[in-house]
Amino acid sequence: MKALSLRQLCKTYNNGVQALKGIDLDVEEGDFFALLGPNGAGKSTAIGIVSSLVNKSSGTVTVFGHSIDSELEAAKSCLGVVPQEINFNQFEKVSTILLNQAGFYGIPRPVARERMEYWLNQLQLWEKRETISRSLSGGMKRRLMIARALIHEPRLLILDEPTAGVDIEVRRSMWEFLRRINEQGTTIILTTHYLEEAESLCRHIAIIDEGRIIENDRMSTVLRKLQTETFVLNLRGPLRGTLSLPGYRVTAPDETTLEVEVNKEQNLNEIFVALTAAGGEVVSMRNKSNRLEELFMRLVEGRDVGSGQPVSAPTAQAGAWPVPSPRRAVLQPQRPRPRAGSVSRQSSSANSVASCASGARRWCRRSLRRRCTSSSSAT
Amino acid sequence: MPPVITATLYFIIFGNLIGGRIGQMGGFTYLQYIAPGLIMMSVITNSYGNVVSSFFGAKFGRHIEELLVSPLPNWLIVLGYVAGGMLRGLLVGLIVTIIALFFTRLHVEHLFVVIAAVLLTSIVFALGGFVNAVFARNFDQITFVPTFILTPMTYLGGVFYSISMLPEWAQAVSKANPILYMVSAFRYGFLGQSDVDVGFSFAIMTLSVVVLFAACVWLMEKGTGTRE
Repeated sequence: MKALSLRQLCKTYNNGVQALKGIDLDVEEGDFFALLGPNGAGKSTAIGIVSSLVNKSSGTVTVFGHSIDSELEAAKSCLGVVPQEINFNQFEKVSTILLNQAGFYGIPRPVARERMEYWLNQLQLWEKRETISRSLSGGMKRRLMIARALIHEPRLLILDEPTAGVDIEVRRSMWEFLRRINEQGTTIILTTHYLEEAESLCRHIAIIDEGRIIENDRMSTVLRKLQTETFVLNLRGPLRGTLSLPGYRVTAPDETTLEVEVNKEQNLNEIFVALTAAGGEVVSMRNKSNRLEELFMRLVEGRDVGSGQPVSAPTAQAGAWPVPSPRRAVLQPQRPRPRAGSVSRQSSSANSVASCASGARRWCRRSLRRRCTSSSSAT
Repeated sequence: MPPVITATLYFIIFGNLIGGRIGQMGGFTYLQYIAPGLIMMSVITNSYGNVVSSFFGAKFGRHIEELLVSPLPNWLIVLGYVAGGMLRGLLVGLIVTIIALFFTRLHVEHLFVVIAAVLLTSIVFALGGFVNAVFARNFDQITFVPTFILTPMTYLGGVFYSISMLPEWAQAVSKANPILYMVSAFRYGFLGQSDVDVGFSFAIMTLSVVVLFAACVWLMEKGTGTRE
């Protein structure tokens, strides 16, 4: 059974902004589903429509077979929503917030008390039950919203950036908690800017950009579309010889670090063989960025991810690699890799009104990329 | 506490100090005459104020979303807020009545009329407060109506005087003020005399309840002020 089904969902705000342009989306019961997209892509609008906080312009929404047009109350009963921003009465006690919420769903008070105790214990908030919610920490407020969303034991839990602004420890424990309730049968839809979070938790993924779904598949299938990955190799010391890696794009941020871009047709063995020949000793290796993050950026930037060809700079530049020396540690300075989409956009939008919008959009994407990168490195 | 202080001041100044010089009004002391009006004024102000501040506060703090996401039907949400406003209005009305008893003896001529008039009035103004809160986008807009519309209408609605004392044109203008009918019906319950027809007053109050309730539910269904 489908937990959520959206058909040709459109939303145009009063100011003329078309936030959703005919979205089709299905989420199966029991799934852990990631809905990703840059800021302003339409994620929160879609969630707002499903949870009745935003009026749709057209299209249909069904939650476990209940249409929000004809069976709104039944559809709402199946839903638990954890919004992006704090939306409980900050002058009420934690226990009051949960008991009131249970009351809104017609749960008798004794049952509500039992569930409150259970969920507050699960989310490590039981000791705070008599605390005025305003005085809780940011992470506790997030957990309180999760407890509130679960008090009526919904079949579908929607979390809109639940871990935004919480520390790593809380985020990790929240992931564990979400995994557990998903295993117990709750369908979960998650929007997040932490792509590591989506990759780690979710089985299916949809990427939304400019009000349209641009990718919707199993996480593993989507990740297979990623043609290239950049590996960062840490060396014990500077290379003693010349590194020869024809066909590979190699950069050296410093004398003991190499970044090698590897596409699907290439393999890591060749790199290690070449490094050994050049007298290099690899002490550690990691992905430069999260795989999903890389794919996400390519998709929203309009770059081809399914052509089977490397999508970045030409490979010809990386024939023989000189030995890095202390004085010339960075022989090839790291530049932002050229992006096909951004180049064409820059030229076509110059000196026009559209350039403002596209500039703002690029800025947003850069911000997002920075945020994603910092989160990956932080975790 | 504020309504208690306000009512006490009204009774001291208008009842004891000024009222003694005014003399009788329709066979009753001035204090007996204005007591129902003052009680009704506190009911109106508090029923309205409670709903407008609660609902706007919920919008401002975004916890209205708790209700909107829940399966509660819109009519029940409206009813909940109106019940809260009524409860506050009636409690304050009861307190003001008790204070009035310290200053004068209140004779009740028609108890049923008193109860029906005060209940309907509190519902009407609780619903009015709801409409105000739905449209309000900032704190100024929730104080505008009580300050510039509700208070003048209450003062000119026969709380402190009988409209028969006014010139004919002013009487005609006063009859366009719905609060006049509510105060008059309530006063009729206490004193047995009214400036307007009591049956007509109840018809106006009932009609106002029906129209305002339907409007509130419609606004919630439409999502005005609550949904984007």
